[in-house]
Amino acid sequence: MNSGGFWSMGGYARYVWPCIGFACAVLGWNLWSARRSLRAARLRAGRALAMTSGESR
Amino acid sequence: MWTWFYKLASPPYVYRVAAALMPWFLGLALLTIGYGLIGGLVWAPADYQQGDAFRIIYVHVPSAWMSEFVYTTMAVAGAIALIWRIKMGHAVAAASAPIGASMTLLALVTGSMWGKPMWGTYWAWDPRLTSELILLFLYVGVMSLRSAFEDPARGDRAAALLSIVGAVNVPIIHYSVVWWNSLHQAATVAKLGKPSIAGSMLWPLLSMFLGFMLFYGAVLCLRLQGEVLNRERQSVWVREAIKS
Repeated sequence: MNSGGFWSMGGYARYVWPCIGFACAVLGWNLWSARRSLRAARLRAGRALAMTSGESR
Repeated sequence: MWTWFYKLASPPYVYRVAAALMPWFLGLALLTIGYGLIGGLVWAPADYQQGDAFRIIYVHVPSAWMSEFVYTTMAVAGAIALIWRIKMGHAVAAASAPIGASMTLLALVTGSMWGKPMWGTYWAWDPRLTSELILLFLYVGVMSLRSAFEDPARGDRAAALLSIVGAVNVPIIHYSVVWWNSLHQAATVAKLGKPSIAGSMLWPLLSMFLGFMLFYGAVLCLRLQGEVLNRERQSVWVREAIKS
């Protein structure tokens, strides 16, 4: 497949490329939101630890 | 085998295993998805009927398979949690729900984009499309139900029950193209006997499927660590893990 044919996808570019783009966006969102929720859980656990160590003093 | 099963009930063990497996899953997922995309978009020939529009298959079919697989995983995890009272089952189900919902949305959107040039419409109330849309509603329902209760344990139980009841939709999605007259094409890969798809088109598709599975594994490991930390915040091992 030549470069022009690749990008035009035989006239179906407006259907194929948005699908690929949306798939990449969904995979990226999954990774980003999972990392964000783990970071938030670590922060909450850290805060709980700080509170209990403050109470025990 | 049972020792391994019981080990999975231990939150610190699950946390450690998830943290260790995540980079492997993610690395392999990126490799297989990369190969699948290059193979599907560049190396595979155009379909003799659908032309290059068929290349949407490389994101549509893996996401549709994953939407069913993740839901089944969620329902099985919920059943394990309810029957054996293993809290980690609820954690796996809670971690899986947003991943499955996003895969279902991806399957619906890419299916709709594929439908327009092939069927002449973005949407039809076809059995396959409708049952897949119901699956998305089930995912949203399970997530909403879990967060609707003040007591997280009650939320977990209610969500597990809904996910088990909703599992009846999974075989309906799968066999809808067999049971009813459907606009959607019948199975080409997962059918008994020989798949009706050429090898040069099939291998990138299988690679994408493996990649999506590994990607689910990677994101599940990340989300599971967060779920375990949220649920075990007051435990001694969490304090030690956070300190270290």
